Amino acid sequence: MTQEHIIGKSVPRKEGRDKVTGAARYIDDMTMRGMLYGATVRSQIARGVIKRISFDPQFDWADFVTVTAQDIPGKNCIALIGDDQPCLADGKVNHPEEPILLLAHADPHLLRKAVDAVAIEYESLPAVFTIEDSERPSQIIWGTDNTLKTFLISKGDVDGVWANADYIVDGEYTTGAQEQLYIENNGVIAAFDREHGITVWGSLQCPYYVHKALMALCDLPAEKTRVVQAETGGAFGGKEDYPSIIAGHAALLAMKSGRPVKIVYDRLEDMTATTKRHPSRTRHRTAVSKDGKILGGEIDFTIDGGAYATLSSVVLSRGTIHAGGPYYWPSVRIRGKAMATNAPPHGAFRGFGAPQSLFAMERHMDRIARALGLSPVEIRRRNFLKPGETTTTEQTIREEIDLGKLLDRALELSDYTAKRARFAQRNKVGHIKKGMGIAAFLHGAGFTGSGERYLASVVAVEGCADGGVRVLVSSTEFGQGTNTVLCQIAAEALGLPYEDVRIAQPDTNQVPNSGPTVASRTAMVVGNLVRSAALGVKQTLIASGMIGGSCSPEEFRTACREYIAAHGELRSFARYQPPEGVFWDDQKYRGEAYASFAWAIYVAEVAVDLSTYSARVEDFVALQEVGRVLHPVLAKGQIAGGVAQGIGFALYEKVVWQNGRMQNGQMTNYIMPTSADLPPIRVFFEEMGNVHGAHGAKGIGELPMDGPAPAIVNAIGDAVGTGFDSVPLLPEDIFEAVGAGGER
Amino acid sequence: MSHFSAGRRKDRGKDGRGKCELSLTVNRKPETVLVFPMERLLDVLRNELGLTGTKEGCGEGECGSCSVLMDGKLVNSCLVPALQAAGANLITIEGVAEGSQLNAMQTAFLECGGAQCGICTPGMILSAGHLLNNKADPTLDDIREALAGNLCRCTGYMQIFEAVLQAARRRTGA
Repeated sequence: MTQEHIIGKSVPRKEGRDKVTGAARYIDDMTMRGMLYGATVRSQIARGVIKRISFDPQFDWADFVTVTAQDIPGKNCIALIGDDQPCLADGKVNHPEEPILLLAHADPHLLRKAVDAVAIEYESLPAVFTIEDSERPSQIIWGTDNTLKTFLISKGDVDGVWANADYIVDGEYTTGAQEQLYIENNGVIAAFDREHGITVWGSLQCPYYVHKALMALCDLPAEKTRVVQAETGGAFGGKEDYPSIIAGHAALLAMKSGRPVKIVYDRLEDMTATTKRHPSRTRHRTAVSKDGKILGGEIDFTIDGGAYATLSSVVLSRGTIHAGGPYYWPSVRIRGKAMATNAPPHGAFRGFGAPQSLFAMERHMDRIARALGLSPVEIRRRNFLKPGETTTTEQTIREEIDLGKLLDRALELSDYTAKRARFAQRNKVGHIKKGMGIAAFLHGAGFTGSGERYLASVVAVEGCADGGVRVLVSSTEFGQGTNTVLCQIAAEALGLPYEDVRIAQPDTNQVPNSGPTVASRTAMVVGNLVRSAALGVKQTLIASGMIGGSCSPEEFRTACREYIAAHGELRSFARYQPPEGVFWDDQKYRGEAYASFAWAIYVAEVAVDLSTYSARVEDFVALQEVGRVLHPVLAKGQIAGGVAQGIGFALYEKVVWQNGRMQNGQMTNYIMPTSADLPPIRVFFEEMGNVHGAHGAKGIGELPMDGPAPAIVNAIGDAVGTGFDSVPLLPEDIFEAVGAGGER
Repeated sequence: MSHFSAGRRKDRGKDGRGKCELSLTVNRKPETVLVFPMERLLDVLRNELGLTGTKEGCGEGECGSCSVLMDGKLVNSCLVPALQAAGANLITIEGVAEGSQLNAMQTAFLECGGAQCGICTPGMILSAGHLLNNKADPTLDDIREALAGNLCRCTGYMQIFEAVLQAARRRTGA
């Protein structure tokens, strides 16, 4: 019996109907009987000692619940990788908006007034706001020298290449902070009782991260700590680490008051107090031969981590490993460094360090091309990684990737050559200057190095009493299509219709820990486990003699029902098994950094208006190789959405800082692209198999964030004849360079 | 999740001081509620009428997640004081489908990938529907312009445009 394939088909999104009818329930749509609302009193200064907290005596505090660091039953920290970040400031503050005190009340309007009625007196201490100040160091604000983390990748003899180089090309590149700007702000509800312990429902990516943080904070055992993901209105990394903080706050208020407590941030609080993309600075020095081959180079990649270590070490790791781009480096030395500043901690945001270091790499390739008198196309073509060659961490490329071919197709789709020639002619007159820019890049799928081995993710698939099956994972849906794709994989494995497969709501009391929903790992890593677990269910039915090796959906359903009637439960687990022969050295940062890479060539066409100095993207081609495309509509949506965020990163989204605090924390003054700002985003896939992922899928979610900024800034350089090395690139920046007649 | 009470808020309105009666039609049904005169229409819909499909994204009229139709006009319900809606005829996302039958726009959003995380979707669908009510056969530029007040962070808008074009084709039978 031939079964219709579900993989590769654009089946309806599992929770789609609820989303288009307004029935989907997000955290702010839920209330509980007797529920209080919680609010956070935050630091007004960047760094200092808290001298006194006073409550306005004119204000009626009678029905308010107050929580300070002294009320914390467990450890006052947000348990993540390290534990340097307090849940509530205790005596000193290290960044603006640092939580100091929590309040709860039944009336949310009165609560706002109460926050204003708390006065905090500080003794200010000198603070550090830039990477350079932190490096100097003008003040020690973290550890012994403000360094949160360093990495060193070393390949070949870099020191020996400079003498033989025909060209040595230097460049320095910077990227700004970027707000994730999910449209649903962070929010949770916490409830506590002695028998069941603490339960938190929330808008979040990683239920088990929150679970771990709550256990430490509340001093509760695993079985008395429960985390449930509500429908989540966008995340992009912004709900990877931060939910542990807001969940902790609501939990403390719920424990003290004995009533359920809801905390939902408004936009200003969400933007000023929660994480953003790490600002970065990258320095390149590259030795190149006269025929355009990279001989070797030094790359210094530095990120601003903010006041606490949080996820900076992992963001730095990914950025450092991606810093060499999709090129072959005979020798290279890459130094990665995360520095502390007195800003709210920077955190996860789609791409996770790679968009920063790849921006530098791809801008630097254009600079090298210019120095050598080669075209941006040619310099890339001559240095692309090929199968059998090794990356900067000396990982051998085993995939049959042909980046030259991918480049050719992208050039053809964008009409690059003809347009570039035509623009060069037309740009001689008029105030509209047009240009074309390329970015070539890669993105490693899944956790880095031994990460997946340490995680050892587990998933379950169970048969249901009605004959269908249910996928049990802690992997969360926040728009990407987790629910849909994992159900497709299970359906395909069992030969069942897609409608017969459901997915459980992520609830730590119900689902095993399939790891966090980050790092473009869900389809590839978790997908593979879902497939194994689904096959395990089938194996059980075969072993019990209820079905043969091949069976119809109806036979499966009948067997499933009968098995459950007889045995009560039909559940199969699968645990991650690291592939054999994979070598990774955590100390030397050498070896197989990722199970697989996604590869891409993006081409941007821009127009710069020299009367307003504004730049607009007019066409965008995004071509990628992501292995097997499991769901064409979802995959295209992921890429177009990522490209739009990348366009924002390049041209619109500027976080304005003053003394470590974001000054433009509103949607009216922090500008993300609207439907009227974007060009046609044309998405194309080159499909090749991949041995690691479910049905040959690789990671897809983060890749599209990496390419737009360098492609666009390269195109602007092509249009106006001046290279820019920093994003976001706003009209005033273009004016400053071009208006002043500067040619670099 | 049985712990959560859905629907209308019952714990308010006992203490009606400063509140006034507001009568309006919501999704073709007459409603009368007690509200503070300057309460946001958004809160009246969500808290008093239990219509939580209307979302708050920014609270200052920038993101469009709280879009509803008021007497046929598209408004940001976070900027409308409750009393301004007195006697008005409102359509929220809950009133878009005809019974259990999705309308053409909802179906097109599902098919084309117009909804990802879903938080902007209710406002987006009302905004797109409003466009088609005024212009049955819009161009791509009309759509880009009409939806510029509804921010979406997930999709990059391309599949939303496809959805609107598809719904327009279906509605006009083209």
